[in-house]
Amino acid sequence: MTDDTPLLDELEKGPWPSYVKEIKRAAKKNPAARDLLRIQERSYHDRVTHWKHGGIVGVTGYGGGVIGRYCDSPEDFPHAAAFHTMRINQPAGWFYTTSALRKLCDIWEKHGSGMTNFHGSTGDVILLGTTTEHLQPCFDELTEAGFDLGGSGSALRTPAGCIGQARCEYANIDTLDLIHDLTMTYQDEIHRPRWPYKFKIKASGCPNDCVAAIARADFTIIGAWHDALRIDQDEVRTYAKSGLDIESLVVRKCPTEALAWDGSTLRLTPEDCVRCMHCINTMPKALRPGLVKGATILIGGKAPILKGANLSWVLVPFMEIKSPYTEVKDLLAKIWDWWDEHGRTRERVAETIERIGLKEFLKAVDLPPVPQMVNKPRSNPYVFF
Amino acid sequence: MRRTDIGPPDYKTMLPDVIKNNYGRWKYHEIVRPGVLRHVSESGEEVYSIRAGSPRLVSIDFIRDLCDIADKHCNGHLRFTSRHNIELMTPDKSKVGPIISDLTKLGLPIGGTGKCISNIVHTQGWIHCHSAATDASGIVKAVMDAFYDQFTQMKLPNHLRISLACCINMCGAVHCSDLAIVGVHTRPPRPDHEKVLAQCEIPTTIQSCPTGAIRRHPDPNVKSVVVREDLCMYCANCFTVCPALPLANADTDGVAIYAGGKVPNARKPPMFSRMVVPYLPNNPPRWPEVVDVLKKIVDVYASSAKPTERLGEWIERIGWEAFFKRTEIPFTAQHIDDFTHAVETYRTTTQFKW
Repeated sequence: MTDDTPLLDELEKGPWPSYVKEIKRAAKKNPAARDLLRIQERSYHDRVTHWKHGGIVGVTGYGGGVIGRYCDSPEDFPHAAAFHTMRINQPAGWFYTTSALRKLCDIWEKHGSGMTNFHGSTGDVILLGTTTEHLQPCFDELTEAGFDLGGSGSALRTPAGCIGQARCEYANIDTLDLIHDLTMTYQDEIHRPRWPYKFKIKASGCPNDCVAAIARADFTIIGAWHDALRIDQDEVRTYAKSGLDIESLVVRKCPTEALAWDGSTLRLTPEDCVRCMHCINTMPKALRPGLVKGATILIGGKAPILKGANLSWVLVPFMEIKSPYTEVKDLLAKIWDWWDEHGRTRERVAETIERIGLKEFLKAVDLPPVPQMVNKPRSNPYVFF
Repeated sequence: MRRTDIGPPDYKTMLPDVIKNNYGRWKYHEIVRPGVLRHVSESGEEVYSIRAGSPRLVSIDFIRDLCDIADKHCNGHLRFTSRHNIELMTPDKSKVGPIISDLTKLGLPIGGTGKCISNIVHTQGWIHCHSAATDASGIVKAVMDAFYDQFTQMKLPNHLRISLACCINMCGAVHCSDLAIVGVHTRPPRPDHEKVLAQCEIPTTIQSCPTGAIRRHPDPNVKSVVVREDLCMYCANCFTVCPALPLANADTDGVAIYAGGKVPNARKPPMFSRMVVPYLPNNPPRWPEVVDVLKKIVDVYASSAKPTERLGEWIERIGWEAFFKRTEIPFTAQHIDDFTHAVETYRTTTQFKW
């Protein structure tokens, strides 16, 4: 078998850093990485994937965290015949010390292909490519180094949050502490799949939603404030003096016409503000979120499989988010109880709600209907009383 | 005794001192230059964050190279962003230049901040996935080569986020991105009757189909299923539960392009991406047809949108009919929705452009 990869070599060209160079780098030391490169070249030639459905592999005591993966041509690629993925739960906010990262690298040098994703799209560190025999010893060394597996299958997937108060003045909640706390509380739900399908939790500190919680999480936590945003009029005037067209780029962009500018003072009608963040994003030195901080809780965000994509729906307009996060956890417990009871196989919670009805769901989780939950009320007359 | 369920390392042990000392006390930030953020705390302390693009699919030696830079300049701390960028943080302004220079030596672009095209969130593709209808890393590399200058500069009307999913499972926020590339099948699964019995549970397989296209085999002696091809829309949900129903097809798999989605609530509420090109062929190694369509859309957006308009906001203002006209992308029968929320997309007003 040849080591030539003429098609992939084309992807070493161009200014953007090349993953092909990265695989070649790993391939110098590791035969599995070398076979990965050759499998990829074959896919580029054949225009189809050469990976088969995963088998059931894992580590003792866990039902997930490892994705079994086998090549469809093991005779041609013996070193990547089994090429399993390990999902490693990232520290909240993706902050690392170099000593922690070097430990991960050393373990993966010993037990895997040397290829990784920093990070996977759910947030975990993805260690790509190892054999069944290496899984347990690799896991044992990972836990020795302070790392654990993330979620896979019909389980709670690894929760993720934005950088939050660690380095962002917009954050209304401590996303790092919240995500770490929920992750530690729900280790069993993450590691032992037992639900109808996957369930994702994501937290963003403000409605800019840097982790796409509203699009990607079944349980969406988005920081909010309940009072008026804060305005530093001197800084507003400094922005104006430095050339920012406040009338056209701030005031007229406000979706609810809650702002007015007379050339020297920016006036807000607080009850009209819907916390969209545009004015704050445009003048971060002059405008800040309010001081009564908490979060809006939404439910049901997901990609199209199976009955179409959903953005999360508002469930609790405002909730205080303080350690030990009892209110969040009580709500999660009620949601999981109901979904576990009523959900069909491979049915995300939004699809169960859509099938059975939001009204029934609200009853089950003890939440009163409020107008913030809907864009508009129904127009048809077909009502159950 | 084996340790289990220890969870991830505590983030508090991973934070640089300047972050720890000013946690929750940040006052404002500014973008000093593309790829460099300056955050200022109530305490008066500041932190500079230098952001660099990454191929995401990287070797452990790549991570070690980053660690060397973080050890040299940042007291052994670094982080990654939600779009797979690398960030090195320092309270010391004089270190910004040396950090940029060391990252540049590794061949990494500095940027990804503000009104730019940041890194692409994407899936595994042919590198590691059994259900991929296209590759991921290769298309991403080709697209980011084309938009390299948009990553390192901040010259767009607003942020532009691209993502890629190698099948319609869409691992990643592809359905709410300004531009999305999605791997698609265009032919129904081909049941392997001998394997169905061995590998699949027939009732589960039948139930997995959202359009009821999968039926029991009409011959009761054949313990398998048949697919009604007129009902199948190639979602591959059946293949996920039954490996004996493969859909992959070198000649007819490809990618679709979606546009106009967004996640933030700023100005307009979050929006779904909408189909703009139903199918382009898989053309490795550099998918030129895909790159060309994306470049065309970005060029028209960059030259016609108003400041602060995201791609989807611009399209809503000018109207989809104007979008198709200006980008010269043909509108086809496939663009008209016929799935669960279809009627919400049909026009119910006489307000439109010619």
